Amino acid sequence: MNIEYKLADVTESFVSLFEANRNILLAENNEHLNSIRREAVTSLAKLKIPGKKSENYKYTAIGDLLFEEMNHVFSPKKIEFNIEDIFSCDIPEIDTQAILVLNGFFLNQGEEITKLENGVIIGSLRAAMKSYPDLVYKHFAQYSDYKNDPIAALNTAFAQDGVFLYVPKNVKHEKSIQIIHLLLSEEDQMVQHRNLFILEEGAEANVVICDHSLSIQKFITNSVTEVFADKNSNFNITRVQNEHDKSVQITNSFIQQEQDSTVTSNTISLHGGVIRNNIKVNLNGENCENNSLGLFLADKEQHIDNSIYINHLKPNCTSNQLYKGILDENARGAFAGRIHVWPDAQKTMAYQKNNNILLSDDAKMNSKPQLEIYADDVKCSHGATVGQLDEEALFYMRSRGINERESRLLLMYAFAHEVISEIKLPALRERIDELVEKRLRGELSRCNNCKMNCR
Amino acid sequence: MTEQDKILNDVTQGEYKYGFHTDIETETIPKGLNEEVVRIISAKKNEPEWLLEFRLKAFRNWQKMKMPTWPHLTIPEIDYQDIIYYAAPKQNAKYTSLDEVDPELIDTFNKLGIPLEEQKSLAGVAVDAVIDSVSVKTTFSETLAEMGIIFCSFSEAVKNHPDLVKKYLGSVVPSTDNYFAALNSAVFSDGSFCFIPKGVRCPMELSTYFRINAANTGQFERTLLVADDNSYVSYLEGCTAPQRDENQLHAAVVELVAMENAELKYSTVQNWYPGNKDGLGGIYNFVTKRGIAKGDNSKISWTQVETGSAVTWKYPSCILKGDNSTGEFFSVAVTNNHQQADTGSKMMHIGKNTKSLIISKGISAGKSQNSYRGLVKVLKGAEKARNFSQCDSLLLGDKCGAHTFPYIETDNSTAIVEHEATTSKIGEDQIFYCNQRGITTETAIGMIINGYAKEVLNKLPMEFAVEAQKLLQISLEGSVG
Repeated sequence: MNIEYKLADVTESFVSLFEANRNILLAENNEHLNSIRREAVTSLAKLKIPGKKSENYKYTAIGDLLFEEMNHVFSPKKIEFNIEDIFSCDIPEIDTQAILVLNGFFLNQGEEITKLENGVIIGSLRAAMKSYPDLVYKHFAQYSDYKNDPIAALNTAFAQDGVFLYVPKNVKHEKSIQIIHLLLSEEDQMVQHRNLFILEEGAEANVVICDHSLSIQKFITNSVTEVFADKNSNFNITRVQNEHDKSVQITNSFIQQEQDSTVTSNTISLHGGVIRNNIKVNLNGENCENNSLGLFLADKEQHIDNSIYINHLKPNCTSNQLYKGILDENARGAFAGRIHVWPDAQKTMAYQKNNNILLSDDAKMNSKPQLEIYADDVKCSHGATVGQLDEEALFYMRSRGINERESRLLLMYAFAHEVISEIKLPALRERIDELVEKRLRGELSRCNNCKMNCR
Repeated sequence: MTEQDKILNDVTQGEYKYGFHTDIETETIPKGLNEEVVRIISAKKNEPEWLLEFRLKAFRNWQKMKMPTWPHLTIPEIDYQDIIYYAAPKQNAKYTSLDEVDPELIDTFNKLGIPLEEQKSLAGVAVDAVIDSVSVKTTFSETLAEMGIIFCSFSEAVKNHPDLVKKYLGSVVPSTDNYFAALNSAVFSDGSFCFIPKGVRCPMELSTYFRINAANTGQFERTLLVADDNSYVSYLEGCTAPQRDENQLHAAVVELVAMENAELKYSTVQNWYPGNKDGLGGIYNFVTKRGIAKGDNSKISWTQVETGSAVTWKYPSCILKGDNSTGEFFSVAVTNNHQQADTGSKMMHIGKNTKSLIISKGISAGKSQNSYRGLVKVLKGAEKARNFSQCDSLLLGDKCGAHTFPYIETDNSTAIVEHEATTSKIGEDQIFYCNQRGITTETAIGMIINGYAKEVLNKLPMEFAVEAQKLLQISLEGSVG
């Protein structure tokens, strides 16, 4: 089939899906939201789902992935299950405030939205739109660039729920917030959800997002997370991706940073069929710091693509990107990083590093570390490598009586640790260290924690 | 304005030295491009049928293609019907000795400092001078012929060595390769051809000097270099053009073929007219350059110093097909005023143990935009392939841009691919250090830039290295800061 035709087709099918479900999608009786949705559909129709010829999705054929017939569910489905029976958390030791999101809808375990004693508001985005409309619409869809990004537009048109977090001025929320995205369905399903995190001036918070699939059906997830970090705020976001081999996961994070703010994101991709992570950061005030780190481990037919875009809009900001990947068997990896320094953003310091290890002859890695610089007083550097485990280091260890398998594991573990060591919460860091070690040993199949016994 | 800015300004406002225009009678055909024009060009050159077919096929393909829009360049729309596709200095029938050449022409080449005259044989460079895409004079071809080396204009090669031309033309850059390669394949008027037979080490530097002279013309030359087994050749290319207010198109194709154990070295000092300081005029330099290291242990090395052209858009590339073959790319690209450059290299690793090295140094000043774009691709069979790329950018001034767009695609687990790049300006501490030791800011900047580019300039043959160093000084005169 003609590719261009096919892409027009995919786009068209989403537009008609929107039309068919207009009543549900535009039912909230909320003109502000409805007009955003309508605009999003219009821009999706105009921009079209990107194909292989699109520079942005050169290494991940997103059009092909979305071509498949999937079920779409626009209202939360009641599924009877006892969470304890089927799912035990991978990160149990740390003291977190857990929020469950099932197939893109906030899972009702009491209040849909709560205001804590310290003023922090947390809960379902859908509920927040009703209870705190002013707070939500001040930021909702402001950073996701749905007018230029077809994938964000797709989400904006359809996403109905997700997690809302608001941290008021100067509040340091100590307890980590753990958001667990679960996928569980009896039929193949496409899930689109949306998170909005707002940190007011001087606020601090930690969020851990875990992505899991609990049933063996095929899932396509397209999620958007918008983060607004106001002056002097500090936000850590850690994402652990652990879905099954048939899942397709597209995550889009849009991070807006104001003066003196710090945002650190760690993306740990342990498992998944096709993963594409988009992170777009706007450093919109002076003295911002952004750290975007990622680790991806892939084998079998897995495909993991990370795309980072850092906009240095104002002077004196610092950004660091560090992405490391280990690819085995037929795995495909891709990295695209872009540092964009705007004309007035003098004294920018921006670093980018991407290191990859290929363990098998059939694994493949594509890397695009890019710089686009329009200011002269800057220090920007990038580096990318693709290689193997160091033979000399292996020999050294073996000459000291460590067997080959163990030596290889040690080297890989050390390689991965550079990213993990940057995770700020000690308990989480230890746990992820453990998970990664298990994963490298091949002991972490996603079935380990699942009691469904489907295989 | 600070002292530094002042010096920077002086440096960046150096005038283009080669902007003169020579009054030589030229023979041109009417503007525009259609099948008829392609046939006229072919007929004018008395070309054999197969070459006309090659041109027509390319032309028909070109008609179906669109000019790509992916580079980081702003190019006004080009009206391909507003260009003269053939302009030749008149009475160029045949020159047996230099006396027959139009004295104006000799004068031109003297002004350019090209050792065309035989008495300058001491310079030891064999020159093929191409003016308005027609080869005017090739020196030393007889001396070279004694060793079996063929070095002549492309049209002569078509006449005298049709088998060789037929065998290699389009074998590295197919006529369907890209928009400008297709255009060139359709309308190319002349160029240089060189064949080094087995086991011969070419005793002198071979050189082509390109000059656009006539107005409203495009220059479309074609260079084809073949180095047979165990041979070696070093080839230089230089180019200049007069100062004009309109933009002129230059779309050349260079093909290199290196057989077993052969080594090919191709150096370019590109100094087309860059336009005035307000960005008016200048050459659009859209060139396809590609070499294939076909045989085992062969080597292809590209060196380029890019200081001219309003827009430069080219990626000298290597296809490393033979086992143990090597590809190298050394580049200094300087952009000033409103110049734009999107240049870099492609290294395709196909054979086992292939090695490639990319060293690219970008210098941007004024309001210019300078991008490095490159691809290192390791194919599945390229065991133990090794690449190292280094792309540094230096910014002189706060209105220019420096960009890096590398692509790394690795399909083999035994390959090692490394890329690193930095972007910075000349440090105040560096300047301060020099000042402290009694070196003026301007000299200091000159020294720092020269040191920065040295790694690449060192790779140029002697005569060119001197010229390149001078060029760097002219292009950046006063931009030290």
